[in-house]
Amino acid sequence: MICRVNGALNKTLIEPHDSLSAGRMPAANRGRSSDFSERVYCFHCGEPCPSARFVREEEVFCCQGCLAVHELLAGAGLEHFYQLGDHPGVRVRGASRRGQWTYLDDPKLQQRFLDFTDGTRSRVTFRIPAIHCVACVWLLENLFRLHPGIGRSAVQFARREATIDFVADRIRLSELVALLASIGYEPALTLAELGKRPPPSLRKRQWIQVGIAGFAFGNIMLFSLPAYLGLDALNGGGFKGLFGCLSLALALPVLLYSASDYWESARLSLRRRVLTLEVPISLGLAALYAWSAYEIVSGRGAGYLDSLVGLVFFLLCGRAFQQKTHDRLAFDRDYKSFFPLSVARRTGGAEESVAISDLRVGDRIVLRNGELIPADAILVRGRALVDYSFVTGESEPVPKDGGDYLYAGGRQIGGRIEVETAKPVSQSYLTSLWNHEAFRKAPGSDVQSLTNRYSRRFTLIVVGVAVGAGVFWLLRGDPARAIKAFTTVLIVACPCALALAAPFTLGTAQRAMSRLGVFLRNGLVIERMAQVNAIVFDKTGTLTAPRSAGVCFQGEPLQAAEEGRIFSLARQSRHPHSVRISEWLPTGCSPQPVESFRETPGCGLEAMVGGREVLLGSAAWLESHGVGVAWGSTLRMTGPPASPGGAGARTISGSAVHVAIGGRHRGAFLLSSSLRPETGLLLRELGGRYEVTLLSGDNEKERDLFMGLFGGASRLNFNQSPLDKLAFIQRLQDSGRVVMMVGDGLNDAGALRQSDIGVAVVESIGAFSPASDVILEGGRVPCLNSILLMARDATRIVRLSFGISAFYNLAGIGVAASGLLSPLVCAVLMPLSSLSVVLFACGATAWRARKRFDGFDRVTSDRVGRGLSAGRSSDLAGPDLEGRRAVTGASLGAGFAKEGAA
Amino acid sequence: MSVILILIGVSLGIALLFLAGFIWAVRSGQFDDTCTPSLRVLADEEPAAVSVSKPATKPTSKSP
Repeated sequence: MICRVNGALNKTLIEPHDSLSAGRMPAANRGRSSDFSERVYCFHCGEPCPSARFVREEEVFCCQGCLAVHELLAGAGLEHFYQLGDHPGVRVRGASRRGQWTYLDDPKLQQRFLDFTDGTRSRVTFRIPAIHCVACVWLLENLFRLHPGIGRSAVQFARREATIDFVADRIRLSELVALLASIGYEPALTLAELGKRPPPSLRKRQWIQVGIAGFAFGNIMLFSLPAYLGLDALNGGGFKGLFGCLSLALALPVLLYSASDYWESARLSLRRRVLTLEVPISLGLAALYAWSAYEIVSGRGAGYLDSLVGLVFFLLCGRAFQQKTHDRLAFDRDYKSFFPLSVARRTGGAEESVAISDLRVGDRIVLRNGELIPADAILVRGRALVDYSFVTGESEPVPKDGGDYLYAGGRQIGGRIEVETAKPVSQSYLTSLWNHEAFRKAPGSDVQSLTNRYSRRFTLIVVGVAVGAGVFWLLRGDPARAIKAFTTVLIVACPCALALAAPFTLGTAQRAMSRLGVFLRNGLVIERMAQVNAIVFDKTGTLTAPRSAGVCFQGEPLQAAEEGRIFSLARQSRHPHSVRISEWLPTGCSPQPVESFRETPGCGLEAMVGGREVLLGSAAWLESHGVGVAWGSTLRMTGPPASPGGAGARTISGSAVHVAIGGRHRGAFLLSSSLRPETGLLLRELGGRYEVTLLSGDNEKERDLFMGLFGGASRLNFNQSPLDKLAFIQRLQDSGRVVMMVGDGLNDAGALRQSDIGVAVVESIGAFSPASDVILEGGRVPCLNSILLMARDATRIVRLSFGISAFYNLAGIGVAASGLLSPLVCAVLMPLSSLSVVLFACGATAWRARKRFDGFDRVTSDRVGRGLSAGRSSDLAGPDLEGRRAVTGASLGAGFAKEGAA
Repeated sequence: MSVILILIGVSLGIALLFLAGFIWAVRSGQFDDTCTPSLRVLADEEPAAVSVSKPATKPTSKSP
């Protein structure tokens, strides 16, 4: 569906023609009765065009940036880009600073950054979050047409990565990054990119293991058919021996190579003196092969090599099924993925970009609007307004003056400041959290999985029965039968069904959850989730949603021209309030020239917009400017701010931003920071079955509200530092509880790591999240209860499958121990029991999942993962941390007075 | 019936060839990324446009 914006702005009528454009409406605009008919979308990026100023050959663009990219691509003969999708481009957000990337040309840094270099030719892999569609892939793989120094480039779509070959003599790395940024594909350059990439060879090995097992399975099956079907012509002595020897030869690589991981695990578990499931599996495999070899060599039978190889093949398939990985998600991130790679250092009068790893104590660094404070530092020049929401959970930015101490991880909002670092990056207040011992243990290493607990008893029983049967026949003076009974017990009891039950159940449950927007590190997380009996919630960003917060205007309805003025003023500022107001205003309103813009931190914004004075700020500040705010005091009583519906959702704290145009008070925007929808319902449901606690880094201003939700003051903990949170979880665990922590920020990183299940809430998939077991989309917090119930169901299904396979095994052992088992029965019983267990596990889990998750619509996560263009809206809608705040615009921030409504 | 010996040899040989092909495919990285190629197909250009220019450097398949 190609839909171009043709011709002049005036009467082009674009319907909200598909989910793509509808999805890209700014979130705040949904639900408003907006007029779509007048809107024109940018030819390049598809965002609504505020004016018709940027036009080239009848195509309209939203901004200079998009126009420039279009001209660049058209000049290089890359117009094909625009035929690959509707508005495939990415809006270039903010101009890059001159020399912003020069630090990348430092050879020492390059050594850690490049994949490969031989002095002239180099290869580099960038993570580019903006990749979202076919056109992106095509453009990035045709980069060589834009610059002669660039060679082959290949995109790894699922990982959002591009690998680019380039000739360092013709294009420097910094120029390459600048080129990418100029066409809207700025690579993510965080401290974590310097780390070693995980080698992909492990997956290759697993593929080959499955391949070999499948190959051997098919061929051995063919050789076994004559024996099963009783084809006498082929059962003669010569053929029988030949088939047997060929089968033995084919099974050998399966036993030694394909099953090698099982041998290794069995060896490890024996050394650690725990009986995992791999022990009886390895025993069974060895017994199968030895017995088959004996039968074939002695000419007594055909052996059970088909069962052996089939078993290994199914086991490997089960393992592959359970190992569903989410390439775009990283479950092991630490602060390094949040910190930029470089920072602007000032030495003497000059400013230079240096890598953060080269930053020393006492360096003077320059921070601009939206940039992150990399280390604990002292403010030297300028007035800072620091947004700590992701680091401490504090919801409002904090104003700071010269000489104040700034903690690492906060973001400067507003003008340029200079700070002097007081501590190394790794020793700063926040980053020192990662030195805590909780981060040293490998995640999930001490987990006793359900399978292992069962297999311990199981193995003991099996070995006991096998030895017992062997001794019994020995005592009766029948050594041949004793050996046969011993081996057949081991063979029949080989817990293939048992080993398949958990992977297929947990794998199915995991898939059902990922369709819902809930991503698990691995299947074992489900087992642990079922044991949880205490749940701890963070507040900011977890229970409260920053972006869905309600905005409403109180006063006489604004006219279009007035909306345009307010929009023009508000978008000059990066204060969260102004950002929200400008997002809420209709996007079609045309910006007007802003003159003599001035911001007063903590008070408001003022400027001449389109020839009239516009003030935006607190009531007191407006009054000090001679504007009568007659009804400001009664405002909150007359109209409660709009809050998203749902049980228990109500305004918890509000701020009012007053507007005056031309010296006349026009009304106020009421901004409420509110709970996610259905939070009350969720907490009530969970409260009945779990011990639910709130653990917030924010202050106590919302204590009253949460008192009601959590049912008692003892459940509420405010003003918690990151280490306090970690210690709190530890105390809970020491008192015997299995704790699930739900949080979002870096301040929760310690608690998430310490808890038995760490659930990280993200506003958009792919955005930064601290290390955790589960990654949850913000809008999915309300279905947490269903997920926990599903985890219990899945565990119950695993237990049931164990029961079924135990029944098979016991029946088989009973016959085998008597030494009477016929080869045919054995050969049929083994695959049949495995198959029935797998079918039961998958079917029952899928059925439960459909029932549990019935009420929730499936998110586009599949498409997000597959990455067809629908995924993009969520990519771009949630640049809360990585996009929007990182914009390095020339705008100045402003602060409004906090007006807590409580 | 002894022709069956030859047939078995031929069939095993062919199967081994396919196995070797599979292993080569995995080793050369064809299974590393199962997602992008499906998108790349959609982005095919007109043949005339492709011949405009060629990569400045030959692709290197060496690893560091």
